[in-house]
Amino acid sequence: MSEQTLFKVTVDNITIEVPAGTTILQAARQIGGAVAPPAMCYYSKLQGSGGKCRTCLVEVFKGSEKDPRPMPKLVASCRTTVMDGMEVKNITSEKVVDARAGIVEFLLLNHPLDCPICDQAGECHLQDLSFEHGKSSTRYEFQRRTFKKHDLGKHIQLHMTRCILCYRCVFTADQLTNKRAHGILDRGDHAEIATHIEKSLDNEFIGNVIDVCPVGALTDKTFRFKNRVWFLKPMDAHRDCPTCSGRVTLWNRGDEVYRVTARKDEWGEIEDTPEGKPGWICNTCRFDKKQTTDWVVEGPREISRHSVIAQGHYAGNIGTTKPTETFAAINDGRSPHLLMDIHSESEVNQPNVHLGENEGPSNGATFNNNINNA
Amino acid sequence: MGVKLLLEKANVPGIRTYDVYRREGGYATAEKALKEMTIESIVEEVKKSGLRGRGGAGFPAGMKWSFIAKPEGVPRHLVCNADESEPGTFKDRYLMEFLPHLLLEGLLISSFALGSNDTYIYIRGEYAWVADILEEAIVEATKNGWLGKNILGTGFDCMIHVHRGAGAYICGEETALIESLEGKRGNPRIKPPFPAIQGLWMRPTVVNNVETLAAVVPIIKMGGDEYAKIGVGRSTGTKLISACGNINKPGVYEIDMTISVEDFIYSDEYCGGIANGKRLKACIPGGSSVPILPANLLLKTAKGETRYMNYESLSDGGFATGSMMGSGGFIILDEDQCIVKNTLTLARFYRHESCGQCSPCREGTGWMEKILQKIESGKGEVSDIDLLWDIQRKIEGNTICPLGDAAAWPVAAAIRHFRDEFEWHIHNRALSQTSNFGLQHYADPIHVPA
Repeated sequence: MSEQTLFKVTVDNITIEVPAGTTILQAARQIGGAVAPPAMCYYSKLQGSGGKCRTCLVEVFKGSEKDPRPMPKLVASCRTTVMDGMEVKNITSEKVVDARAGIVEFLLLNHPLDCPICDQAGECHLQDLSFEHGKSSTRYEFQRRTFKKHDLGKHIQLHMTRCILCYRCVFTADQLTNKRAHGILDRGDHAEIATHIEKSLDNEFIGNVIDVCPVGALTDKTFRFKNRVWFLKPMDAHRDCPTCSGRVTLWNRGDEVYRVTARKDEWGEIEDTPEGKPGWICNTCRFDKKQTTDWVVEGPREISRHSVIAQGHYAGNIGTTKPTETFAAINDGRSPHLLMDIHSESEVNQPNVHLGENEGPSNGATFNNNINNA
Repeated sequence: MGVKLLLEKANVPGIRTYDVYRREGGYATAEKALKEMTIESIVEEVKKSGLRGRGGAGFPAGMKWSFIAKPEGVPRHLVCNADESEPGTFKDRYLMEFLPHLLLEGLLISSFALGSNDTYIYIRGEYAWVADILEEAIVEATKNGWLGKNILGTGFDCMIHVHRGAGAYICGEETALIESLEGKRGNPRIKPPFPAIQGLWMRPTVVNNVETLAAVVPIIKMGGDEYAKIGVGRSTGTKLISACGNINKPGVYEIDMTISVEDFIYSDEYCGGIANGKRLKACIPGGSSVPILPANLLLKTAKGETRYMNYESLSDGGFATGSMMGSGGFIILDEDQCIVKNTLTLARFYRHESCGQCSPCREGTGWMEKILQKIESGKGEVSDIDLLWDIQRKIEGNTICPLGDAAAWPVAAAIRHFRDEFEWHIHNRALSQTSNFGLQHYADPIHVPA
């Protein structure tokens, strides 16, 4: 291979050099942080995905070094490749922020907002998106669209009312299985994911549609209503699987394995295996191997801080290290007082009682003794 | 009497059959093109003619042709977009129904110029009988050596295939049409790559409207320069207008783009005036997706100049005080028509026809329809008008294909020009269910500050 051409691209005033052919979204992700546009339908591991949800719209105000004209419309950053010298505004553009708020409103228009009973809650991209870019109320006052339930077989539950029609599961089935059994029926706002007619999805890799689904439309029947994701401890584990890479994340509570998913990176996408292939996992690993003895546990999984799943986990080199400081070391010889001195305000408690000098927990007797002493 | 290039022979009895068409001088232009002209000179003539795409966007056809990629060993395709589904537009049906061989001749010349050996006509499913006519014409043309292998001994092979759509408006969008032609779900593709680079089966493809391809015949016949002399400015040649609504003589008319809108509506040669002696209220001049114009802005531009039936004049003033030529679906509304109801009808259409691929269009069109339904049925609030405006603003320009824009523009224009009618509906809830806002001030010239 000859030397790769590098293009300079500036996103929100941060310049980065990326190989030609990189999309704006990928370039922004390399910069990271708030610069990376959100993506609900784009999935880097799925060919042809993206461009549909329009949440990743950005403003290109300088096309390239050669042709510095701005692009007339906002462009979908997931499907637009960078040009040399391109300058892009993401969160620094008012137009983008406004358009994105509109998109979030559109996406939530017919969404049931049943997060309290939804298994995806806590790791839902739509939750994150609406929290970061949306508004707290809706202007929609009509009945929301609902669908009849479709049965997709013994492993996968479809909740069409929650679906945002990102087409990720369609691309997954196209690219991982030899024959896709589900797809989009109808069009417009009555379009739905369905099998034609009432088939079950049983391909041995079809379970991956659960991992790619950004919302709670496709959920794992073996995990439904068992637990909330933020109560579970994610652990990296692997097993020698004849069909897939066998590299997974176990979601444990105590010693019990509640569910098995593929390993996901900070963008919620499947991680690559060390060989550089996407780490899709098979149905056997996902649905059947629910004993710790089935797995070689590698250690606690690093979870990105932005997610509610990270609650109760430690940041950084997570999980492996507990805090080593002791209270004595932190106090450094000082004896702590109560932060708010209520004694000076209260008639009941005695201001002259110094709780720091008291051995053991204070109770009514402590104060009574003091009164008696006085 | 204006110049007629396409519909010149439309009234000749039996022109639908090959024999009559040939006797009337048909296929002579194709013979000239294939035998005497080179590929480059045909493209050059079309470029010189200034022919603009007749499907709605008005993109110069010659330029589109010159964009087509020509990689070695990869077949190229020409696709004729006959999926004419825009409400108010029926010019292509007329052309195909009465002059099928004119379209075939145009297709043959264009296929030769673009190097397309397999050319497709994607025809709207509802035009079932028109597809039959075309198929018959293709059989006749093949029998007489105008299609098939080694046409006229030039070594050029060309076959034309008729593909029937299944009745989706979105399949008139060129990339959705290509997807549908490939046997997939008719979802528009994300551009780039444009069809000229990767179109049908990832091969370079040109998609043109029926009228555009038919117009290639007179262009080659009379030469690009001669053709460009007809019309005015960048609106060259003739245009088919399908006039409908509250007029005395609805139908398809060929105009040469120098005629004023007023003449077109009121002259006996064309629409013949408003039906039943009513007064003109509004007009959608280019098919349902273009902005509606009130009578005062339709006949005169905001600057007070006469408005003409051509691309530039109709779009004079931008969307604030102008509209678009579009696909030539000229819809006239008289004083008895309710703009709210009209807008609701259009919104319902776009809601039903949205492919559901990208979120602003999928959700926004449905939302707009529900709000308009609410206003129309006498339950609206004043805030609903602003909400409608905000929704259309968030759809426009943020979608994959122009259907989102097409859904947003009619709503935007209706609010822009007829806001008081919307407000009247909201403030007179009971009255609006039984009577009409009527004409009010729309027919009077508006004052435009200098």
